[in-house]
Amino acid sequence: MISIVDYGLGNLASIAKMLDRVGAECNFVRTPEAVLEATSLILPGVGAFDHGMSNLRARGLVEPLTAKVKDEGTPLLGLCLGMHLLTHGSEEGKLPGLGWIQGRCVRFRSDASSPIKIPHMGWNNVRIVREHALVHDLGENPRFYFVHAYYASGLSEGVEVARATHGQEFPAIIAKGNIAGVQFHPEKSHTFGMKLLTRFAESSGAVTL
Amino acid sequence: MLQKRAIPCLLLKGSGFVKTVRFRNPVYLGDPINIVRLFNDKEADELIVLDITATIERRAPQYQAIATLTSECFMPLCYGGGVQTIEQMRKLFSLGIEKVSVNTAFVQNPELITEAAELFGSQAVVGSIDVKRDWLGRNRAFIASGRKNTGLDPTALARDFERRGAGEILLNSVDRDGTMTGYDVDLIRDVATAVSVPVIACGGAGSDKDLAVAIDAGASAAAAGSLFVYQGPHRAVLINYPSGQELRQLFADSDEP
Repeated sequence: MISIVDYGLGNLASIAKMLDRVGAECNFVRTPEAVLEATSLILPGVGAFDHGMSNLRARGLVEPLTAKVKDEGTPLLGLCLGMHLLTHGSEEGKLPGLGWIQGRCVRFRSDASSPIKIPHMGWNNVRIVREHALVHDLGENPRFYFVHAYYASGLSEGVEVARATHGQEFPAIIAKGNIAGVQFHPEKSHTFGMKLLTRFAESSGAVTL
Repeated sequence: MLQKRAIPCLLLKGSGFVKTVRFRNPVYLGDPINIVRLFNDKEADELIVLDITATIERRAPQYQAIATLTSECFMPLCYGGGVQTIEQMRKLFSLGIEKVSVNTAFVQNPELITEAAELFGSQAVVGSIDVKRDWLGRNRAFIASGRKNTGLDPTALARDFERRGAGEILLNSVDRDGTMTGYDVDLIRDVATAVSVPVIACGGAGSDKDLAVAIDAGASAAAAGSLFVYQGPHRAVLINYPSGQELRQLFADSDEP
């Protein structure tokens, strides 16, 4: 059972719909008690960094999530803003992040030598840089839907699984032990998104056949 | 490399999708769920759904209908039509809408743009501009389903939207809408060069090649209605969308390296 964290932000219904399509059972968890019962977690997120962190705090979810993820090794996948929250913080806001993954989120830069539109919005290819269950058998030229103005930076060696490029190169998929994050929205990425979520479901033992 | 996008733009009138010409004479196309499902099956990059009578009927978005549409889409859905408040936006995002497009309310209440961007992130906030040429041939931005002339120049308005926090501009040519005579390339170029946020161009696409022309003029995405819902000279309704390979070939010169 994959538990999708409901903290007031994110495309919960879309994620659930895609998990449903790939045959993975899921539920929504919105209280500390419910989080503590989870065996596998998705942390979604759409919107601003501080809004995300303050929503998590206001619902008392930071401690139970930290207990599950850091103490019990419960698999957790952060999506978009959910991935940003895994780090220590973001230029986008003032609040500290969950700090489970070393790094900070920074804003894309556009300058005369490399002018880009910000936010990074649209479909982009990802380049796999190391083997990982999440990217196993994704298919030819995997592409996903991105919509973000900030990206994770200053990650430790070996945390990046895949990168994408928009002016600057940045992490598209990261993983450290039981914690993973994707910068894009798999629930909005058609068949590639379905494959990735299937891999997460399989690796966290949540697929029902 | 960030890929340029081709986006079907679907007009919701009551409980059905319609197609207009110059924002008038809506013709019924079909049931929204079926049409959205087809575009989902064809793996369309994104969808834009605009409720074209919400503002003039002074009505809120049709949340129930929108929820059923988002549940059919495994790609982003941008919704516009009658959006005037933060609460309405919040509700739309909770239903799975990726981006909210606002036209009339952003002109009448520009502080709303900044408030929305601060709460939801600029990437979720689309400033929509409907453009008609006035009798002197000048481009002017219109609100309320193309009925009311704001007197504003679209390029200046786009800059203002961006400055206040909109993350994307949806640029509609009312004059070209439904005509399939090609995009208003000069308009696209003027606006796209004036802002640093992505511009979605809409209005006038008559062929797949036109999509590439809009991108060449500086749009980050080419949106179309008639092109993706009609087939043939007699405009038979046939939902169509280029394959992934066809799009990459079409946009080969413009996709980022």
